[in-house]
Amino acid sequence: MNFVYEKLMGGKQGLLGFVLLAALILVIMPMFFDIFRLNLIGKYLTYAFAAVSLVLLWGYGGILSLGQGVFFGLGGYGMAMFLKLEASSPENTKIQSTPGIPDFMDWNQITELPWFWVPFESFTLTIIAILTLPALFAYIIGKAMFTRRVGGVYFAIITQVIAVILTILIVGQQGFTGGINGITDLRTLNGWDITSDSAKYFFYFLNAGLLLTVIVISRFILTSKFGSLLLAMRDKEDRVRFSGYDVAHFKIFIFSFAAMISAIGGAMFTLQVGFMSPSFVGIVPSIEMVIFAAVGGRISLIGAVYGTLMINAGKTAFSESFPELWLFLMGGLFISVVMFFPNGLAGLWNDYAPRVFPFLKEKAKTKDVPPVVTDETGKGTV
Amino acid sequence: MFDEYTYSELGSIFAMQGFAGISLFSVLLLMALGLAIIFGQMGVINMAHGEFMAVGAYTTYFMSTLTETYFPSLMPYYFLVAIVVAFCVAGVLGYLAEYALIRHLYKRPLDTLLATWGLSLIMQQSFRTLFGAREVSPTLPDWLLGSYQPTDTIDIPLNGMFVLALTAVVTLGVFYLLYKSSWGLRVRATTQNRVMSGAVGINTKSVDRYTFALGCGIAGIAGAAFTTIASTGPTTGTLYIVDTFMVVVFGGAASLIGTIVSAFSIAQAQSLLEFFISGSMAKVYTLFALVLILMFKPEGLFASKVRR
Repeated sequence: MNFVYEKLMGGKQGLLGFVLLAALILVIMPMFFDIFRLNLIGKYLTYAFAAVSLVLLWGYGGILSLGQGVFFGLGGYGMAMFLKLEASSPENTKIQSTPGIPDFMDWNQITELPWFWVPFESFTLTIIAILTLPALFAYIIGKAMFTRRVGGVYFAIITQVIAVILTILIVGQQGFTGGINGITDLRTLNGWDITSDSAKYFFYFLNAGLLLTVIVISRFILTSKFGSLLLAMRDKEDRVRFSGYDVAHFKIFIFSFAAMISAIGGAMFTLQVGFMSPSFVGIVPSIEMVIFAAVGGRISLIGAVYGTLMINAGKTAFSESFPELWLFLMGGLFISVVMFFPNGLAGLWNDYAPRVFPFLKEKAKTKDVPPVVTDETGKGTV
Repeated sequence: MFDEYTYSELGSIFAMQGFAGISLFSVLLLMALGLAIIFGQMGVINMAHGEFMAVGAYTTYFMSTLTETYFPSLMPYYFLVAIVVAFCVAGVLGYLAEYALIRHLYKRPLDTLLATWGLSLIMQQSFRTLFGAREVSPTLPDWLLGSYQPTDTIDIPLNGMFVLALTAVVTLGVFYLLYKSSWGLRVRATTQNRVMSGAVGINTKSVDRYTFALGCGIAGIAGAAFTTIASTGPTTGTLYIVDTFMVVVFGGAASLIGTIVSAFSIAQAQSLLEFFISGSMAKVYTLFALVLILMFKPEGLFASKVRR
């Protein structure tokens, strides 16, 4: 019991925050919103996977990845490829010159299913691919970067370039990927209509459950010895190295783990939204994921979810009524969160909640999350 | 891919794509010079650098419209003035950005990255509000149009030559400023050892501010040069920012020679590949090759010898 309380929930404050979040997304939101809005919230919650992964990677590890959209996209495309193959069964596509392949391939004069599409005919293999391929990709990048002590802004730029490369590749190789439109027109999952209301409810709750599970696992990682090491690496990487730890391995692990989480989010995105396109892979979505985490408070797993929900709700509301104001607001948000609230919503909560709710006081003093460092020069890592 | 061409055709292709690459090289180099100075000096990544280029481009457009409406007789000369004005406008904006934003974040480079991204969003939307979402291009003076034909198959556009000359002048100017002037001495001292420079009486804060303004001003010149080869839209800056980062990182931060060499090789690789394969794939191959090289040589082509 104590293990669950301390390690998985993070003590009194952590438990309270977790229960509040679970109540909000599992009970309150389904009660007050119709299925259309709920589906929209479900979409936002898939971004929260990426935001949570950035809390681990950036908030605790000090590694800023500007390419989280890559992994989100890989997961999403994995799921989309499976659904697309199911939607393009020979009966559905008999008007094409080559029945049985996705429509965009037929338009691009491809007559045979490319080899890397073949595994996605099986649902089991698809799930395995979603969980392993992005993590493997992150492992390769991480291995190449971190063992050569590339870090800080260099790492950020290189992950950003990888996001650019992948986007151009997806857009350019229209015949294999669906190009700029992405993979659209997805209908069924193992024969089950994913656009029906029952499926949407199911995916919403599945998504929420997975998100909460990911938060619990991440909390476990952070409260373990590994979590302390991660923090130590963020603040004084050299000292950790001199203490005999192989810093690169820890970084590779957390980067791969973050990639896996983001990929799960991407797969859930495809299931709930019904398509996947390169506009969720590139620089802009990737950097927006960082701001979700930053607004929530980069060291708060639960804050990241609130940050994501808040920004996306704001984005939807604003782009409906004042589209021209949204970019100003978003830009201002980037600047103010960095300059004035480096600990985001979670920081405000930690500062003010104990005053409002006195019973949180004693715990807040002892279990305070370490503040964001102000002395990461980033230069010493190259 | 070379099979279907004869040697003389290949020669012409290389010459022409080479000159096309030189226009790209000039813009990339002008952008990267500013970015490299800022990054090398302060370790700050300026994500809004592309927008400072767009400021220069829009200033040129504004000057062109102004001249066309009020002083049509001065049209042949406005472009030279526009370059200077672009430098000043972008430089002043850069100075203000440093004062209001960047100087508070020197110890947090990753946060600077996010804050300047926010700045770039705001600037983009301002362009859209002020100049509209459509792409604009200034009316170029006649002497910039046309081309020079040394042989029948080779066709070299004059604007490319002009931009190259402009780049050469600016690059030499930066070299002079950094390596021959007393201000440059202070900049280099600050780059090498900030604390010690402060201790011997250099006002490092003022050095930072003017370096940032200079970098942004050069981006403004890049914008003016850019208008001669393409039209400007609110998102123009973003299209070039990643390439510029790669130029700086590949060249080795804080090495001007490295920046020049890497801008040249990246622009030429992209321009030559573009002729034989599609433009998007050319970019993919170039960027991919860069990432691979950087994985094996993270410090870039010309690593600075500064002990960190």
